[in-house]
Amino acid sequence: MIPPDLVEEVVINILRTAVTSLPSDVISALERAEARETDDIARTQLRTIMENVRCAEGTSVPMCQDTGVPLFFVSGSCDADLEKAIRRGVSRATMEVPLRPNAVHPLTRKNAGDNLGIDVPYIHYSPGPSGFVDITVMPKGAGSENMSALRMLTPAEGMKGIKSFVLDTVVNAGGRPCPPTIVGLGIGGSSDIAMSLAKRALLRPLDVRNPYPELQTLEEELLEAINQTGIGPMGLGGRTTSLGVRVDLAYCHTASLPVAVNIQCWSARRASARIFLDSRVVYSKEGFW
Amino acid sequence: MRLKTPLSEELVGSLMAGDVVHLDGVVYTGRDEVHLRALEMHEKGEKLPVDMKGAALYHCGPIVKKEDDRWVLVAAGPTTSARMNSLEPRFIETLGVRAIIGKGGMSQPTVDAMKRYGCVYFAITGGAAVLAARGVKKVLGVEWLDLGMPEALWILEAQNLGPLIVGIDAHGNSLFKKADEEVRKNLPLVRKRLGIE
Repeated sequence: MIPPDLVEEVVINILRTAVTSLPSDVISALERAEARETDDIARTQLRTIMENVRCAEGTSVPMCQDTGVPLFFVSGSCDADLEKAIRRGVSRATMEVPLRPNAVHPLTRKNAGDNLGIDVPYIHYSPGPSGFVDITVMPKGAGSENMSALRMLTPAEGMKGIKSFVLDTVVNAGGRPCPPTIVGLGIGGSSDIAMSLAKRALLRPLDVRNPYPELQTLEEELLEAINQTGIGPMGLGGRTTSLGVRVDLAYCHTASLPVAVNIQCWSARRASARIFLDSRVVYSKEGFW
Repeated sequence: MRLKTPLSEELVGSLMAGDVVHLDGVVYTGRDEVHLRALEMHEKGEKLPVDMKGAALYHCGPIVKKEDDRWVLVAAGPTTSARMNSLEPRFIETLGVRAIIGKGGMSQPTVDAMKRYGCVYFAITGGAAVLAARGVKKVLGVEWLDLGMPEALWILEAQNLGPLIVGIDAHGNSLFKKADEEVRKNLPLVRKRLGIE
Protein backbone atom coordinates (compact mmCIF):
# COMPACT_ATOMS: atom_id res chain seq x y z
CA MET A 1 0.00 0.00 0.00
CA ILE A 2 1.15 3.54 -0.75
CA PRO A 3 1.50 5.57 2.48
CA PRO A 4 -1.43 8.03 2.82
CA ASP A 5 0.97 10.80 3.91
CA LEU A 6 2.81 10.44 0.62
CA VAL A 7 -0.44 10.70 -1.36
CA GLU A 8 -1.34 13.84 0.60
CA GLU A 9 2.04 15.46 -0.20
CA VAL A 10 1.78 14.47 -3.86
CA VAL A 11 -1.73 15.99 -4.08
CA ILE A 12 -0.47 19.29 -2.67
CA ASN A 13 2.45 19.23 -5.11
CA ILE A 14 0.37 18.56 -8.21
CA LEU A 15 -2.25 21.14 -7.20
CA ARG A 16 0.48 23.75 -6.72
CA THR A 17 2.12 22.84 -10.02
CA ALA A 18 -1.21 22.89 -11.85
CA VAL A 19 -2.36 26.31 -10.68
CA THR A 20 1.01 28.07 -10.97
CA SER A 21 2.31 26.76 -14.31
CA LEU A 22 0.92 25.54 -17.61
CA PRO A 23 1.78 22.28 -19.40
CA SER A 24 4.35 22.75 -22.18
CA ASP A 25 1.88 21.90 -24.96
CA VAL A 26 -0.44 24.73 -23.88
CA ILE A 27 2.43 27.24 -23.67
CA SER A 28 3.61 26.29 -27.16
CA ALA A 29 0.09 26.66 -28.54
CA LEU A 30 -0.31 30.10 -26.94
CA GLU A 31 3.05 31.20 -28.35
CA ARG A 32 2.07 30.06 -31.85
CA ALA A 33 -1.24 31.88 -31.51
CA GLU A 34 0.48 35.12 -30.53
CA ALA A 35 2.78 34.92 -33.54
CA ARG A 36 -0.21 34.34 -35.83
CA GLU A 37 -2.46 37.17 -34.61
CA THR A 38 -2.43 40.39 -36.61
CA ASP A 39 -5.14 42.28 -34.69
CA ASP A 40 -3.73 44.72 -32.07
CA ILE A 41 -6.30 44.02 -29.34
CA ALA A 42 -6.04 40.25 -29.84
CA ARG A 43 -2.24 40.41 -29.62
CA THR A 44 -2.44 42.52 -26.46
CA GLN A 45 -4.66 39.86 -24.87
CA LEU A 46 -2.30 37.02 -25.79
CA ARG A 47 0.78 38.95 -24.69
CA THR A 48 -0.85 39.75 -21.36
CA ILE A 49 -1.71 36.07 -20.94
CA MET A 50 1.87 34.99 -21.66
CA GLU A 51 3.35 37.61 -19.34
CA ASN A 52 0.93 36.55 -16.61
CA VAL A 53 1.91 32.89 -17.05
CA ARG A 54 5.61 33.80 -16.71
CA CYS A 55 4.96 35.89 -13.57
CA ALA A 56 2.85 33.15 -12.00
CA GLU A 57 5.48 30.48 -12.56
CA GLY A 58 8.31 32.77 -11.45
CA THR A 59 6.65 33.62 -8.16
CA SER A 60 4.74 30.35 -7.61
CA VAL A 61 1.42 32.19 -7.41
CA PRO A 62 -1.85 30.92 -9.00
CA MET A 63 -2.03 32.29 -12.55
CA CYS A 64 -5.81 32.72 -12.26
CA GLN A 65 -7.75 33.60 -9.11
CA ASP A 66 -10.32 30.99 -10.09
CA THR A 67 -8.35 27.97 -9.02
CA GLY A 68 -11.45 25.97 -9.89
CA VAL A 69 -12.87 22.89 -8.29
CA PRO A 70 -10.25 20.16 -8.20
CA LEU A 71 -11.24 17.21 -10.36
CA PHE A 72 -9.15 14.10 -9.84
CA PHE A 73 -8.49 11.23 -12.23
CA VAL A 74 -6.99 8.21 -10.53
CA SER A 75 -5.85 5.14 -12.44
CA GLY A 76 -3.79 2.05 -11.82
CA SER A 77 -3.74 0.55 -8.38
CA CYS A 78 -6.79 2.22 -6.76
CA ASP A 79 -7.30 1.58 -3.08
CA ALA A 80 -10.07 2.71 -0.80
CA ASP A 81 -7.85 4.92 1.37
CA LEU A 82 -6.86 7.19 -1.51
CA GLU A 83 -9.92 9.39 -1.13
CA LYS A 84 -9.19 10.39 2.46
CA ALA A 85 -5.61 11.31 1.57
CA ILE A 86 -6.72 13.30 -1.48
CA ARG A 87 -9.24 15.22 0.62
CA ARG A 88 -6.58 16.09 3.20
CA GLY A 89 -4.27 17.22 0.39
CA VAL A 90 -6.94 19.49 -1.11
CA SER A 91 -7.74 21.05 2.24
CA ARG A 92 -4.06 21.72 2.99
CA ALA A 93 -3.33 23.00 -0.53
CA THR A 94 -6.20 25.48 -0.13
CA MET A 95 -4.32 27.04 2.79
CA GLU A 96 -0.75 26.49 1.64
CA VAL A 97 -0.72 27.36 -2.09
CA PRO A 98 -3.20 29.16 -1.49
CA LEU A 99 -6.22 28.16 -3.58
CA ARG A 100 -9.46 30.11 -3.61
CA PRO A 101 -12.10 28.30 -1.59
CA ASN A 102 -14.67 27.69 -4.34
CA ALA A 103 -16.77 24.77 -3.14
CA VAL A 104 -20.23 25.79 -1.91
CA HIS A 105 -23.49 24.00 -1.15
CA PRO A 106 -25.51 24.32 -4.39
CA LEU A 107 -28.61 25.69 -2.67
CA THR A 108 -27.53 27.48 0.49
CA ARG A 109 -24.33 28.68 -1.30
CA LYS A 110 -22.51 28.21 2.01
CA ASN A 111 -18.74 28.03 1.61
CA ALA A 112 -16.84 25.87 4.12
CA GLY A 113 -13.60 27.58 3.10
CA ASP A 114 -11.52 24.45 2.50
CA ASN A 115 -12.68 23.27 -0.94
CA LEU A 116 -14.25 20.19 0.59
CA GLY A 117 -17.89 19.18 0.41
CA ILE A 118 -20.22 16.44 -0.75
CA ASP A 119 -18.40 14.89 -3.73
CA VAL A 120 -15.84 17.70 -3.77
CA PRO A 121 -13.18 16.89 -4.71
CA TYR A 122 -14.71 14.50 -7.23
CA ILE A 123 -12.52 11.52 -8.07
CA HIS A 124 -12.80 9.55 -11.32
CA TYR A 125 -11.34 6.06 -10.86
CA SER A 126 -10.04 3.76 -13.59
CA PRO A 127 -8.57 0.65 -12.01
CA GLY A 128 -5.60 -0.65 -13.98
CA PRO A 129 -2.37 -2.58 -13.65
CA SER A 130 -1.00 -2.77 -10.15
CA GLY A 131 2.49 -1.55 -9.34
CA PHE A 132 1.71 2.16 -9.40
CA VAL A 133 -1.11 4.71 -9.15
CA ASP A 134 -1.47 7.73 -11.45
CA ILE A 135 -3.12 10.80 -9.96
CA THR A 136 -4.05 13.67 -12.25
CA VAL A 137 -5.67 16.88 -11.10
CA MET A 138 -7.58 19.27 -13.32
CA PRO A 139 -8.57 22.45 -11.47
CA LYS A 140 -11.61 23.46 -13.52
CA GLY A 141 -12.72 27.09 -13.46
CA ALA A 142 -16.39 28.06 -13.68
CA GLY A 143 -16.15 30.53 -16.56
CA SER A 144 -15.49 27.75 -19.03
CA GLU A 145 -17.40 25.01 -17.19
CA ASN A 146 -20.58 27.13 -17.28
CA MET A 147 -20.52 26.89 -21.08
CA SER A 148 -20.91 23.09 -21.07
CA ALA A 149 -23.64 21.67 -23.28
CA LEU A 150 -25.27 18.33 -23.94
CA ARG A 151 -27.44 17.40 -26.90
CA MET A 152 -29.19 14.10 -27.45
CA LEU A 153 -29.07 14.04 -31.25
CA THR A 154 -31.01 11.58 -33.35
CA PRO A 155 -28.82 9.08 -35.19
CA ALA A 156 -30.08 10.63 -38.45
CA GLU A 157 -28.52 13.96 -37.55
CA GLY A 158 -25.13 12.21 -37.60
CA MET A 159 -21.83 13.99 -38.23
CA LYS A 160 -23.51 17.14 -39.56
CA GLY A 161 -25.52 17.43 -36.36
CA ILE A 162 -22.39 16.97 -34.26
CA LYS A 163 -20.43 19.66 -36.11
CA SER A 164 -23.34 22.06 -36.02
CA PHE A 165 -23.84 21.54 -32.27
CA VAL A 166 -20.15 22.16 -31.50
CA LEU A 167 -20.03 25.32 -33.60
CA ASP A 168 -23.26 26.66 -32.08
CA THR A 169 -22.00 25.97 -28.55
CA VAL A 170 -18.71 27.77 -29.17
CA VAL A 171 -20.40 30.75 -30.85
CA ASN A 172 -22.97 31.00 -28.07
CA ALA A 173 -20.19 30.95 -25.46
CA GLY A 174 -18.41 33.84 -27.21
CA GLY A 175 -15.91 35.58 -24.93
CA ARG A 176 -17.32 34.12 -21.71
CA PRO A 177 -15.13 31.00 -21.31
CA CYS A 178 -11.87 33.01 -21.61
CA PRO A 179 -10.80 32.15 -25.17
CA PRO A 180 -8.51 30.95 -26.59
CA THR A 181 -10.14 27.78 -25.32
CA ILE A 182 -9.66 24.07 -25.75
CA VAL A 183 -12.88 22.36 -26.79
CA GLY A 184 -13.58 18.90 -25.37
CA LEU A 185 -16.10 16.84 -27.31
CA GLY A 186 -17.63 13.56 -26.15
CA ILE A 187 -19.56 11.49 -28.68
CA GLY A 188 -21.73 8.52 -27.75
CA GLY A 189 -22.23 6.66 -24.48
CA SER A 190 -25.26 7.91 -22.58
CA SER A 191 -25.85 11.48 -21.45
CA ASP A 192 -23.55 11.20 -18.42
CA ILE A 193 -20.88 9.24 -20.31
CA ALA A 194 -20.80 11.78 -23.16
CA MET A 195 -20.17 14.56 -20.63
CA SER A 196 -17.47 12.55 -18.94
CA LEU A 197 -15.80 11.80 -22.28
CA ALA A 198 -15.79 15.49 -23.14
CA LYS A 199 -14.08 16.29 -19.85
CA ARG A 200 -11.53 13.47 -20.10
CA ALA A 201 -10.72 14.42 -23.70
CA LEU A 202 -9.30 17.68 -22.30
CA LEU A 203 -6.60 15.72 -20.48
CA ARG A 204 -4.90 14.72 -23.74
CA PRO A 205 -2.10 17.21 -24.47
CA LEU A 206 -2.43 19.35 -27.59
CA ASP A 207 0.56 17.65 -29.20
CA VAL A 208 -0.70 14.09 -28.70
CA ARG A 209 -2.68 12.91 -31.72
CA ASN A 210 -6.06 11.25 -31.45
CA PRO A 211 -5.64 7.46 -31.67
CA TYR A 212 -8.63 7.31 -34.08
CA PRO A 213 -7.73 8.83 -37.48
CA GLU A 214 -11.35 9.85 -38.20
CA LEU A 215 -11.52 11.73 -34.89
CA GLN A 216 -8.14 13.38 -35.57
CA THR A 217 -9.61 14.70 -38.83
CA LEU A 218 -12.73 15.90 -37.02
CA GLU A 219 -10.58 17.72 -34.44
CA GLU A 220 -8.66 19.51 -37.19
CA GLU A 221 -11.77 20.46 -39.16
CA LEU A 222 -13.57 21.81 -36.11
CA LEU A 223 -10.53 23.76 -34.90
CA GLU A 224 -10.13 25.44 -38.28
CA ALA A 225 -13.84 26.32 -38.38
CA ILE A 226 -13.87 27.67 -34.80
CA ASN A 227 -10.88 29.89 -35.52
CA GLN A 228 -12.56 31.24 -38.63
CA THR A 229 -15.50 32.57 -36.60
CA GLY A 230 -13.49 35.58 -35.43
CA ILE A 231 -14.53 35.42 -31.77
CA GLY A 232 -10.88 35.83 -30.82
CA PRO A 233 -9.03 36.06 -27.50
CA MET A 234 -11.48 37.14 -24.77
CA GLY A 235 -14.20 37.57 -27.39
CA LEU A 236 -12.68 40.85 -28.56
CA GLY A 237 -12.13 39.58 -32.12
CA GLY A 238 -9.19 37.82 -33.75
CA ARG A 239 -7.99 34.60 -35.30
CA THR A 240 -7.46 32.59 -32.14
CA THR A 241 -10.66 31.36 -30.54
CA SER A 242 -9.39 27.89 -29.68
CA LEU A 243 -6.02 26.21 -29.29
CA GLY A 244 -7.34 22.74 -29.94
CA VAL A 245 -10.32 20.41 -30.15
CA ARG A 246 -10.13 17.07 -28.33
CA VAL A 247 -12.59 14.33 -29.15
CA ASP A 248 -13.33 11.02 -27.50
CA LEU A 249 -16.06 8.47 -28.15
CA ALA A 250 -17.89 5.50 -26.69
CA TYR A 251 -20.45 3.13 -28.17
CA CYS A 252 -24.06 4.14 -27.61
CA HIS A 253 -27.62 2.83 -27.91
CA THR A 254 -28.72 2.21 -31.51
CA ALA A 255 -31.46 4.82 -31.06
CA SER A 256 -29.19 7.52 -29.55
CA LEU A 257 -26.44 9.92 -30.47
CA PRO A 258 -25.43 11.77 -27.30
CA VAL A 259 -22.98 14.64 -27.86
CA ALA A 260 -21.38 16.72 -25.13
CA VAL A 261 -19.13 19.77 -25.20
CA ASN A 262 -16.91 20.76 -22.29
CA ILE A 263 -14.90 23.91 -22.78
CA GLN A 264 -11.54 24.60 -21.14
CA CYS A 265 -10.27 28.18 -20.77
CA TRP A 266 -6.74 29.10 -21.97
CA SER A 267 -5.61 28.44 -18.42
CA ALA A 268 -5.64 24.71 -19.15
CA ARG A 269 -4.27 23.55 -15.87
CA ARG A 270 -3.46 19.91 -15.26
CA ALA A 271 -0.73 18.02 -13.47
CA SER A 272 -0.05 14.37 -12.82
CA ALA A 273 2.05 12.15 -10.61
CA ARG A 274 2.82 8.44 -10.80
CA ILE A 275 3.40 6.91 -7.40
CA PHE A 276 5.08 3.49 -7.39
CA LEU A 277 4.46 0.94 -4.66
CA ASP A 278 8.03 1.49 -3.39
CA SER A 279 7.05 5.20 -2.84
CA ARG A 280 9.01 6.51 -5.82
CA VAL A 281 7.15 9.47 -7.43
CA VAL A 282 7.41 10.75 -11.00
CA TYR A 283 5.75 14.08 -11.80
CA SER A 284 4.53 15.32 -15.18
CA LYS A 285 2.43 18.33 -16.16
CA GLU A 286 1.55 16.67 -19.44
CA GLY A 287 0.59 13.30 -17.94
CA PHE A 288 1.67 9.80 -18.95
CA TRP A 289 0.78 9.07 -22.57
CA MET B 1 -4.17 57.10 -20.46
CA ARG B 2 -4.12 57.07 -16.66
CA LEU B 3 -7.42 57.55 -14.78
CA LYS B 4 -8.20 57.92 -11.09
CA THR B 5 -11.42 57.05 -9.26
CA PRO B 6 -13.92 58.51 -8.45
CA LEU B 7 -14.62 59.12 -12.13
CA SER B 8 -16.67 62.08 -13.34
CA GLU B 9 -19.47 61.76 -15.87
CA GLU B 10 -17.57 64.10 -18.16
CA LEU B 11 -14.40 61.99 -18.10
CA VAL B 12 -16.33 58.79 -18.63
CA GLY B 13 -18.08 60.43 -21.59
CA SER B 14 -14.75 61.26 -23.20
CA LEU B 15 -13.69 57.59 -23.39
CA MET B 16 -14.28 55.70 -26.62
CA ALA B 17 -14.53 51.95 -27.24
CA GLY B 18 -11.04 50.67 -28.04
CA ASP B 19 -9.18 53.19 -25.83
CA VAL B 20 -6.58 51.67 -23.52
CA VAL B 21 -6.34 53.00 -19.96
CA HIS B 22 -4.74 52.27 -16.59
CA LEU B 23 -6.59 52.91 -13.35
CA ASP B 24 -5.68 54.32 -9.92
CA GLY B 25 -7.82 54.76 -6.84
CA VAL B 26 -10.47 52.81 -4.99
CA VAL B 27 -12.04 49.81 -6.74
CA TYR B 28 -14.79 47.62 -5.25
CA THR B 29 -15.12 43.96 -6.12
CA GLY B 30 -18.61 42.63 -6.63
CA ARG B 31 -20.05 39.60 -8.33
CA ASP B 32 -23.35 37.70 -8.11
CA GLU B 33 -23.89 37.86 -4.34
CA VAL B 34 -22.78 41.49 -3.90
CA HIS B 35 -25.23 42.52 -6.63
CA LEU B 36 -28.07 40.60 -4.99
CA ARG B 37 -27.40 41.91 -1.50
CA ALA B 38 -26.74 45.51 -2.52
CA LEU B 39 -29.93 45.70 -4.57
CA GLU B 40 -31.95 44.04 -1.84
CA MET B 41 -30.62 46.52 0.74
CA HIS B 42 -31.32 49.42 -1.57
CA GLU B 43 -34.90 48.23 -2.05
CA LYS B 44 -35.40 48.08 1.70
CA GLY B 45 -33.98 51.58 2.01
CA GLU B 46 -30.97 50.35 3.99
CA LYS B 47 -27.61 52.07 3.77
CA LEU B 48 -24.74 50.21 2.09
CA PRO B 49 -21.40 49.98 3.95
CA VAL B 50 -19.69 51.78 1.04
CA ASP B 51 -20.66 54.62 -1.29
CA MET B 52 -20.12 53.53 -4.88
CA LYS B 53 -20.98 56.84 -6.52
CA GLY B 54 -18.41 57.48 -9.26
CA ALA B 55 -16.60 54.31 -8.32
CA ALA B 56 -15.27 51.39 -10.32
CA LEU B 57 -16.91 48.02 -9.72
CA TYR B 58 -14.68 45.04 -10.46
CA HIS B 59 -16.27 41.72 -11.38
CA CYS B 60 -13.70 39.77 -9.43
CA GLY B 61 -13.51 37.13 -6.74
CA PRO B 62 -9.91 37.38 -5.61
CA ILE B 63 -7.61 35.08 -3.68
CA VAL B 64 -6.69 36.97 -0.53
CA LYS B 65 -4.59 35.71 2.36
CA LYS B 66 -4.20 37.07 5.84
CA GLU B 67 -0.65 37.86 6.95
CA ASP B 68 -0.64 38.85 10.61
CA ASP B 69 -3.57 41.26 10.69
CA ARG B 70 -3.27 42.38 7.10
CA TRP B 71 -5.10 41.17 4.00
CA VAL B 72 -2.72 40.48 1.11
CA LEU B 73 -4.00 40.12 -2.43
CA VAL B 74 -2.61 37.04 -4.17
CA ALA B 75 -4.52 36.83 -7.45
CA ALA B 76 -7.28 39.07 -8.74
CA GLY B 77 -8.36 38.51 -12.35
CA PRO B 78 -11.89 39.16 -13.62
CA THR B 79 -14.87 36.84 -13.55
CA THR B 80 -17.40 36.44 -16.39
CA SER B 81 -19.42 39.67 -16.45
CA ALA B 82 -22.36 38.14 -18.32
CA ARG B 83 -23.51 36.39 -15.13
CA MET B 84 -24.48 39.82 -13.80
CA ASN B 85 -26.36 40.80 -16.98
CA SER B 86 -29.79 40.72 -15.36
CA LEU B 87 -28.73 42.78 -12.31
CA GLU B 88 -26.32 45.33 -13.76
CA PRO B 89 -28.69 47.93 -15.27
CA ARG B 90 -30.37 48.41 -11.89
CA PHE B 91 -27.00 48.39 -10.11
CA ILE B 92 -25.67 51.17 -12.35
CA GLU B 93 -28.87 53.18 -11.94
CA THR B 94 -29.20 52.91 -8.17
CA LEU B 95 -25.57 52.90 -7.03
CA GLY B 96 -24.09 55.32 -9.53
CA VAL B 97 -20.94 53.41 -10.48
CA ARG B 98 -19.09 55.00 -13.40
CA ALA B 99 -16.99 52.03 -14.49
CA ILE B 100 -17.29 48.29 -14.52
CA ILE B 101 -14.21 46.13 -14.93
CA GLY B 102 -14.71 42.58 -16.14
CA LYS B 103 -14.32 40.09 -18.93
CA GLY B 104 -16.44 38.90 -21.82
CA GLY B 105 -18.69 41.98 -22.09
CA MET B 106 -22.33 42.51 -21.13
CA SER B 107 -25.72 42.39 -22.83
CA GLN B 108 -27.67 45.19 -24.50
CA PRO B 109 -29.70 46.32 -21.43
CA THR B 110 -26.40 47.04 -19.64
CA VAL B 111 -24.99 48.80 -22.71
CA ASP B 112 -28.17 50.94 -22.69
CA ALA B 113 -27.89 51.66 -18.95
CA MET B 114 -24.25 52.69 -19.42
CA LYS B 115 -25.32 55.16 -22.08
CA ARG B 116 -28.19 56.54 -20.01
CA TYR B 117 -26.37 56.97 -16.70
CA GLY B 118 -22.78 57.56 -17.89
CA CYS B 119 -20.76 54.44 -17.23
CA VAL B 120 -18.10 52.49 -19.14
CA TYR B 121 -16.99 48.87 -19.28
CA PHE B 122 -13.29 48.13 -19.01
CA ALA B 123 -12.21 44.75 -20.37
CA ILE B 124 -9.31 43.23 -18.46
CA THR B 125 -7.67 40.05 -19.71
CA GLY B 126 -9.41 37.00 -18.25
CA GLY B 127 -7.21 34.71 -16.21
CA ALA B 128 -4.35 37.22 -15.96
CA ALA B 129 -4.72 37.32 -12.21
CA VAL B 130 -1.11 37.83 -11.16
CA LEU B 131 -0.71 40.91 -13.35
CA ALA B 132 -4.06 42.25 -12.12
CA ALA B 133 -2.98 41.79 -8.49
CA ARG B 134 0.18 43.78 -9.28
CA GLY B 135 -2.12 46.63 -10.27
CA VAL B 136 -3.49 46.76 -6.74
CA LYS B 137 -1.41 48.59 -4.14
CA LYS B 138 -3.29 47.30 -1.14
CA VAL B 139 -6.44 45.84 0.26
CA LEU B 140 -8.21 48.67 2.09
CA GLY B 141 -10.85 46.46 3.65
CA VAL B 142 -13.59 43.92 3.17
CA GLU B 143 -17.35 43.88 3.73
CA TRP B 144 -19.76 40.97 3.70
CA LEU B 145 -17.11 38.32 4.25
CA ASP B 146 -19.95 36.01 5.31
CA LEU B 147 -20.55 35.56 1.57
CA GLY B 148 -17.23 33.72 1.32
CA MET B 149 -13.89 34.91 -0.05
CA PRO B 150 -14.86 35.02 -3.75
CA GLU B 151 -18.24 36.67 -3.23
CA ALA B 152 -17.30 39.23 -0.56
CA LEU B 153 -17.06 42.96 -1.26
CA TRP B 154 -13.34 43.72 -1.27
CA ILE B 155 -12.18 47.33 -1.19
CA LEU B 156 -8.98 47.66 -3.19
CA GLU B 157 -6.64 50.51 -3.96
CA ALA B 158 -5.61 50.26 -7.59
CA GLN B 159 -2.27 51.51 -8.79
CA ASN B 160 -1.76 51.42 -12.53
CA LEU B 161 -4.31 48.61 -12.92
CA GLY B 162 -4.34 47.57 -16.56
CA PRO B 163 -4.09 47.54 -19.47
CA LEU B 164 -7.87 48.01 -19.48
CA ILE B 165 -9.56 48.25 -22.85
CA VAL B 166 -12.71 50.34 -23.09
CA GLY B 167 -14.94 47.49 -24.22
CA ILE B 168 -18.23 49.41 -23.94
CA ASP B 169 -18.27 53.21 -23.90
CA ALA B 170 -20.95 55.57 -22.59
CA HIS B 171 -22.22 56.20 -26.14
CA GLY B 172 -23.53 52.72 -26.82
CA ASN B 173 -20.46 51.44 -28.67
CA SER B 174 -19.30 47.95 -27.77
CA LEU B 175 -16.26 46.06 -29.02
CA PHE B 176 -18.06 42.84 -28.07
CA LYS B 177 -21.05 43.76 -30.21
CA LYS B 178 -18.69 44.60 -33.06
CA ALA B 179 -16.89 41.25 -32.70
CA ASP B 180 -20.26 39.52 -32.49
CA GLU B 181 -21.44 41.13 -35.72
CA GLU B 182 -18.20 40.02 -37.37
CA VAL B 183 -18.84 36.45 -36.16
CA ARG B 184 -22.41 36.51 -37.56
CA LYS B 185 -20.96 37.71 -40.88
CA ASN B 186 -18.35 34.92 -40.91
CA LEU B 187 -20.71 32.12 -39.89
CA PRO B 188 -22.32 31.26 -43.25
CA LEU B 189 -18.91 30.68 -44.82
CA VAL B 190 -17.67 28.73 -41.78
CA ARG B 191 -20.76 26.50 -41.93
CA LYS B 192 -20.32 25.99 -45.65
CA ARG B 193 -16.70 24.90 -45.20
CA LEU B 194 -17.79 22.44 -42.50
CA GLY B 195 -20.45 21.11 -44.86
CA ILE B 196 -23.32 22.00 -42.52
CA GLU B 197 -24.97 24.97 -44.22
